[in-house]
This record gives sequence, C-alpha cells and structure tokens, in this order.
Amino acid sequence: MNEGCRQSSRDPFLATAYWLQPRVCARVAALVAMFALSACGNIEPWVKPYERQNLADPVMSFDLNPISSSYMDHVYEAREGARGALGGAGGGCGCN
Amino acid sequence: MMTTASKRVDPHSGRWPVGQLASHAIACARRWLSIALLGLTAAAYPLASSAGVLPEDRADVLYHRYDGGGVTIHGPSVLVRKTMAEKYSASANYYMDMVTSASIDVEVSGASEYKEERNQYSLGFDYLRGKTTYSLGYTNSDENDYQASTTSFGISQDLFGDLTTISMGFSKGDDTVRRTIADPNDAERRIVDPGFKQDVDRWSYRVGVSQILTRNMILGLQLEVITDEGYLNNPYRSFRYVDPDDDLRFRLATEIYPHTRTSNAAGVNARYFLPWRAAAFGGYRYFTDTWGIDAGTFELGYMHPLKGTRWTFEASIRHYNQDHADFYADIFDRVDQQNFMGRDKELSTFVSNTFHVAATYEFVPSGWRFIKKGTLNLSYDRMQFDYDDYRDARYSLLPTDDPNFRAAGTEQFYSFGANVIQAFISVWF
Repeated sequence: MNEGCRQSSRDPFLATAYWLQPRVCARVAALVAMFALSACGNIEPWVKPYERQNLADPVMSFDLNPISSSYMDHVYEAREGARGALGGAGGGCGCN
Repeated sequence: MMTTASKRVDPHSGRWPVGQLASHAIACARRWLSIALLGLTAAAYPLASSAGVLPEDRADVLYHRYDGGGVTIHGPSVLVRKTMAEKYSASANYYMDMVTSASIDVEVSGASEYKEERNQYSLGFDYLRGKTTYSLGYTNSDENDYQASTTSFGISQDLFGDLTTISMGFSKGDDTVRRTIADPNDAERRIVDPGFKQDVDRWSYRVGVSQILTRNMILGLQLEVITDEGYLNNPYRSFRYVDPDDDLRFRLATEIYPHTRTSNAAGVNARYFLPWRAAAFGGYRYFTDTWGIDAGTFELGYMHPLKGTRWTFEASIRHYNQDHADFYADIFDRVDQQNFMGRDKELSTFVSNTFHVAATYEFVPSGWRFIKKGTLNLSYDRMQFDYDDYRDARYSLLPTDDPNFRAAGTEQFYSFGANVIQAFISVWF
C-alpha cells in the first residue's frame, strides 16, 4: 500500500475488497435504490400487520438495551482493528 | 521524524526514559477510543430508530467495569430519551471512563501505572414525518490529552407495507491529539505538551436495511465506510527493533503510521422467534481496510423469557479474528526498516472469543405513578484474546541469567483474559 510496506498477499480477499470500495458501494446502493423505487407500487406485504405480533415482541429487538450495546461496541472497537457496520441499523419491524 | 524519535530512547538500555513516559505513557488505544466514538454516535442516534416509530420514552442508568490485561476501566453511563408531540424525540447521554492502566504496553515502555478520566456527552434529536425519521446527533469526548467531537445525520424510511426499513447516515468527526510530558519544575507532575497538537478528521457513511422475511424472522444488513485523515498514531506508543549493540535485546522508537485510512465493513444480523416465546439470533461482519487488516466477526445467541416469571435470560458467543496491518511487525530489524512501522497489538494477527450471559428482572410491570415499567439488568462477559504475532516483550527485559529470559523476538506470544460487568436499571415512562 505504501512504499516500504509489505504487500498484502491475501488474494482471496481482494475480490471482496473490490465490492467494498466506496465507489463500488455507491453504485450498488444506487442500483438497489432504483430497484426499490421502481417496485414501490407493486409489492404486496407478504406478512400482514396482524401477523406481526411475534416480531413486535421485545425479544425480537435488534437493540433491546441501547445503553448496553453501545458500551459493548465501545469495548470491542477499542481492542480490535475492525470498526463499523454494527447491528444498530434499522431495527424496525413495521409493527405500528 | 525517525531520527528525532530514536534519539529520545535511551541508547544503552533500549528503553524510554521513565520520566518521559511516566504516568500517562501509552494510553490505552486512544486512537481506537475516538474511532469507537464515531461508531457510537452512529449507532446510538441516526440509525437506531425504526423509521415509522419513535423510540420509547426511557431512562437508563448503567455502571460498567472492564478488568483485564492490567487495565481496569469503570464508570457510569446515563441515557434519557423523551418524545414530544408524538413526532419529536430527544435523547441525552453522559458516559464516563475511569482508567487505571498497567498494561503490557506500559510495562514494556518502563513507565509506571497511570490513571485518567474520560468524559463523553451526547445529544440526539429525531423528527418523525410519516414513515420517515430524520436524526441528528452530536457527541463530545474530553480527556486532558485528547478531544473528539462527532456530528451525525441520518434518515430512515419504511417501505413495502412496513416490511422494509432503509437507513442512511453520515458522521463527521474532528479530533485534537495532544500528549503529556513531565513538568520541568516538578518531575512527579504531568503537563500537556504545549508544543504538540495534531488533528484528525473522520468521515463515516452508512447504509442499512431491516427486512421482515417471515412472521417469525427479521434480517438486518449494514454497510459502512469510514475514512480517517491526520495524525492516526498514538503519541505514546512505540515499535521495537533489534538492538544493534546486543541482538538479544530491543530498543523502542515512536510509531510511524500512514496519515490516511479507509475501512469498509459489511454486516448481516438475523433474529428468529421460537414458538415457546424465545429468540435465537446471529450475525456476521466482514471488515477490510487500506492498512491491510481483514477481519471477521461471528455471533450466535439465545434469549429466553422464563414463563410465568418476570425473568429473562440471555446467552451468546462471539468470535473475532483479524490479520495484521501491512506495516505491523512485532520486532523490526532496523529503526529505519520501513516508512511506516507500528506495533500496536490492535494491528496484529489475533483471535478473540467472548462468552456473554445476562439476566433481566422486570419490576412494576403494571406501572406505578408515571412509570410504565422497569427492569433491573445484570450482564457478564468473559473475553479471551490470543495473539499470533505479538510477543510478550517483558521476557526479553529480564536479566539474561533469569531462567525465564528469552531473546528479543523469541518470547512467547501474548494472551490475556478480561471480565466485563454491566449493571443497569431501565425505566419506561
């Protein structure tokens, strides 16, 4: 990556790394968004609102205790090289 | 830069002068704290809410304690969230770390145990309009030698009959890195070095999807790109190289990191409702960055409310592994071997495993005055870190006639365990 550094020889990861490049991610996101918008009017919910009582149960929450999960994320990120894409996204089950 | 750094190391002992590093030497991964701050702001505010529903009114008071690897960190955290006019929601969080550290980094540097505090304040605001939620967040973290602030914005939208929630977010972080030095007038006292001040800029871009698959299963997908630019070193940390005068020993010099880093992470999580009212959950995250670190995180767990009681129990296991950064080495051959050199164990090749158990007791389930319900929560995590190319350099600091002495670069690999305890009370109102 930089002069004087060893070059990575982990070729199996390169393919995945390519798909995670910001430019590639942006293109994929745009395609997904186009697909989503074009399909807005056509998709029938296959799980009806009255069938979502199990999904509305607190045990199904991705983030039941935000104060605790954000603390543990902090514990891990302070000791590991990886970061980001934690489980906080979304979390809604559309149960309202 | 290299010459300056190496000049500050005692050429005879190969060690930093104790007074130079003293109590604040080698702070516990300050750089990582700031990165975590960016992540915390992102996780706590813009993306945490369901698009069509504001989070519940709730107050939490938590005590946390981490103890492992010669480091103890404990303190409180308070989080309050309140909805107004059914379309606005505001939250505030105060978090504190009280650190006592005599980690392996501190020991190898020749410094003594240090103590310090970190205070963090966060504010969040959500606005619900139809099926769209707009979120703003601000977090500020303050230590005597590190200040960090992060501003974030997020938007989430329910689609397809509320089966799908799409979220997007952006965060911008600004850090100021300082360092402490011995007071020229009082060797026992530390002061902030007036001649050292560096900046770091951070950007984070996130996309997430929450998808109902069946009446019993929900799936979450996340993508996040983070870019850092600036002084990414920890000013107290050093790499080691073979002592040119004695190849059984090593010397230390200040680490030299690249000034930019971009990382990409993709995660998937799922929860499945079991017929006896319980949930099984799992997740995987892949991570890669421009420093050459590749990592994988796996998690599997089970949550079980005990029928006929107010108790809920949870257990999970988490496995993490990563490859080392391109510029990482446990020991370098020469002080000027490469342009970039680092020996942070967070950049090394290692595996960590965590076993988590938690219990929750619900009180006043029918409410009391303004309280709708409350819970008492206790959790325990046992973490184990096993390093594959980070050696325990303390063994090559021993006298050569000590039976435990090992030559620099042949010491046993380092490993440590840690205990994490959280006790918190939550009240919904």
